[in-house]
Amino acid sequence: MTLDQMRPGNECLIKKIAIRNKLGQRLLDMGVYPGLRLKVIRNAPLEDPMEVELDGYFVSLRHEEARFVEVELP
Amino acid sequence: MNTQNKRLVVLAGQPNSGKSTVFNALTGASQHVANYPGVTVDKMLGWYRHNGTRVEVVDLPGTYSLTSYSPEERVSRDFILHEKPSVVVNVMDAANLKRCLYLTFQLLEMDIPVILNLNMMDVAERRKIEIDINRLEKKLGVHVVPTTMKSGRGKKELLDVIAAVSGERSPVKAARIDYGKMEPFFREIAERISSEAILAKKISLRWLTIKLMEGDAEAQRLIRENHPEADTFIWFVEKLRSDFEVRYDEMPEMHIANRRYQVADEISRACIRSRAGLKASLSDQIDRFVCHRFLGPLLLVGVIWLLYYLSIVQGYNITNYTWPLLAKLRSFAETLTPKPGFIEIPLMRSFVLWFVDSINALLNYIPIFFILFGLIALLEDSGYMPRMAFIMDRLFSRFGLHGQSTLPMVLGGIYVGGCAVPGVMSCKGIPDERSRLATILIIPLLNCLAKVPLYVLLINIYFAMHKAWAMFFISTISLLFVLPVAKILTLTVLKNKETAPFVMEMPPYHMPTLRGILGRAVERVWLFLRKITTIVAAVAVVIFVLLQFPGLSDERMIHYNGEKEKALKTFFTKIKDTSYLDQLQGEKLISLILYWDEYKSAKMGTKGREAMTALNVEFEARDPVFFKIVQPGKDKTAKKVNRAFMNLSKARKGLLRQMRMERIDKSFLGKMGKWLEPVTRAAGFNWRVNVALLSALAAKESSVATLGALYEQEESGEALEQRMARGETGFTSLHALALMLFMVLYPPCLATAISVKLQAGSIKWMLFSMIYPMVLGLAVAILVYSGGKALDLTGFQAMSVFYGLALTLTVLMGFLKNKSEYEKERR
Repeated sequence: MTLDQMRPGNECLIKKIAIRNKLGQRLLDMGVYPGLRLKVIRNAPLEDPMEVELDGYFVSLRHEEARFVEVELP
Repeated sequence: MNTQNKRLVVLAGQPNSGKSTVFNALTGASQHVANYPGVTVDKMLGWYRHNGTRVEVVDLPGTYSLTSYSPEERVSRDFILHEKPSVVVNVMDAANLKRCLYLTFQLLEMDIPVILNLNMMDVAERRKIEIDINRLEKKLGVHVVPTTMKSGRGKKELLDVIAAVSGERSPVKAARIDYGKMEPFFREIAERISSEAILAKKISLRWLTIKLMEGDAEAQRLIRENHPEADTFIWFVEKLRSDFEVRYDEMPEMHIANRRYQVADEISRACIRSRAGLKASLSDQIDRFVCHRFLGPLLLVGVIWLLYYLSIVQGYNITNYTWPLLAKLRSFAETLTPKPGFIEIPLMRSFVLWFVDSINALLNYIPIFFILFGLIALLEDSGYMPRMAFIMDRLFSRFGLHGQSTLPMVLGGIYVGGCAVPGVMSCKGIPDERSRLATILIIPLLNCLAKVPLYVLLINIYFAMHKAWAMFFISTISLLFVLPVAKILTLTVLKNKETAPFVMEMPPYHMPTLRGILGRAVERVWLFLRKITTIVAAVAVVIFVLLQFPGLSDERMIHYNGEKEKALKTFFTKIKDTSYLDQLQGEKLISLILYWDEYKSAKMGTKGREAMTALNVEFEARDPVFFKIVQPGKDKTAKKVNRAFMNLSKARKGLLRQMRMERIDKSFLGKMGKWLEPVTRAAGFNWRVNVALLSALAAKESSVATLGALYEQEESGEALEQRMARGETGFTSLHALALMLFMVLYPPCLATAISVKLQAGSIKWMLFSMIYPMVLGLAVAILVYSGGKALDLTGFQAMSVFYGLALTLTVLMGFLKNKSEYEKERR
């Protein structure tokens, strides 16, 4: 499963970042890394981007970016 | 240079860690902004003196990491690598230790002295987070200084530690991360590099090997520049990278980042005791409303409205008080210039007045800018900006823009009455190069304040029946230009520009400080004055020359002198029998003319019977004879002289007007206007309109002023509206519509053009931003005028049709998909 399929309220475990280079590195730098629990907080008023909570802080990302974050339900 | 006495401290840290508060606390007022070479990233410099030693401070841009993917991270990294600071102060949010350590490890790997500054301790304490400082110091092998810089707590300790550490000569013994299964790979790379001693001396070997293993492009560039067998070496590194990935089924850069987080997690677990349960933070509670499906956008509209209301409306009200000051400045400048003659206006005089007028037009905006910049700082500091981006991103990204384009567009004038200068300047924060450039390039097409007078003028004359609709049309049409244009730009000229992921932090809300906001407002106004005013002044000179020269030929001057003599002769013949004849010879007549002008303008500015009496008393005291002529009362002789003088004055005004018209007509700008007429005729512009538009290049306000000069009044009191309507028979509402649309798409004023150059980082983009709107504007004006004429539409009909077309185009453009950046990388 990938993060973009998650709905607000869903919690999941990050399994893998399936993209290299700029986006992959950016996700890592913003604290999206495998093994971490994540919770989808909300979608923007126009559905995109989405906001997630990781370890006490909040990150927003577009769905097309979330597609590369593989997750599994805990 | 004595290195003992010259110290360089660098502040590094993640965004929202209070880094600029630390910078301000350290340097106070002694700071300034510069630019890193080649990029549009601001370089904050400052200094302070501690125990007699001068310490230079550089505040690096806030970054989450130190990769080579963003300009901010690149400059931060290069600065540390090449400038070799005495010490790096790693400012971090104490309440967010774990994530901040991710950056700390990268700094430590660069083998430079690092001090950890745990800032915002008050927040951590409020959240009941206890940090074992000693343990943290031991684990990391560096000094850790807790502070709450907002209130100055811990500042002294930080200064002392900086002094101690930057004085040390011993090598750093900081903790290093064990990358486990990757270490053998590092060793292989290190062996290969260390045989090339050149590289190893310059920068940390450990850092370079890690970066190479990460596949960092800049590290590879360093190798290419320094390694004798770069290609073989890089091939070797690439092979190691793919070996690692095959063997462990993990990308090397992923492993490196993971290890950093793991160690950060271990350390923070060991050093932090949190007694607070996990409860929804206040920021999240606020966001339930701020980012709510319906309330969020509503609130956003409210914020934008307030921003306009406070800066544009209220700021404009303040200019009512500041304008008289500027007017005084003008009158003062006027007194310094040579006095005008009967028809001879000294060049110096017209130049000085023109110059002061041009600068005043700009200075007049300062109150507006001050409020605007203050409000932007408020939005930035409070943390609302990322929310704005979050709400608007979906809409804007469809047109190749970015969520963070919202604020620049609001400032530029999403409805009527923004200003492109702050709009362009606030594009700085957009991380995505392509969207940033697109935003910079479209901002000038929005409706800035200076475009409004021309709209109002034309709407009042030609759309008097549909005023409200015409105003609505012109206010919103700019948005319908901007969005498709942005899309087209990103699909064409900007296609190959660097993009950046949207992924951004939604930082906690934060109470801004008054000092911080005022400080930034002042700083930005000052920047505006310094950078913009000088250039506008220079260009004012150029436009002046273009409007004044080559001037009137000798032949024409002889003609006008003849006219002057004629007028004078008539006057003197009429008063020859009176006692006034002798008193008005030579210089005296000119003095009377100036006296009359002054009396007239003084009268205009005076209200009420008493004030008028006082004015009369004053002028009578100045010169009783002249006063008798301008206010003859019942005196028959004086009345006669007065009549003759009024005729003379009128004749002079007429001559001056004719000369001015002829001068503009013959000027370089006038010639250009005529030369362009064959092209602009299809858009319905005659040469006079062309001249007005050309003169507006310096500042758009000039368009109405120049039109005013070209349609100069015969008798005072007639509004420009009537003069234009009378002077331009055959000028229809269709002409006016074409002219208004051209004004919407008018090239940026000089101040904006300079901002474009500063923000886009090149003259090339500045020129592009000036040329493409001109071409587009002319095309639209021709389409509307020629098309409307062919279909025999009235201005209002053409307006409706055009609006429909623009709306359709915008919607269609929104559906046209930009190719996804990541399509090719999808597995």
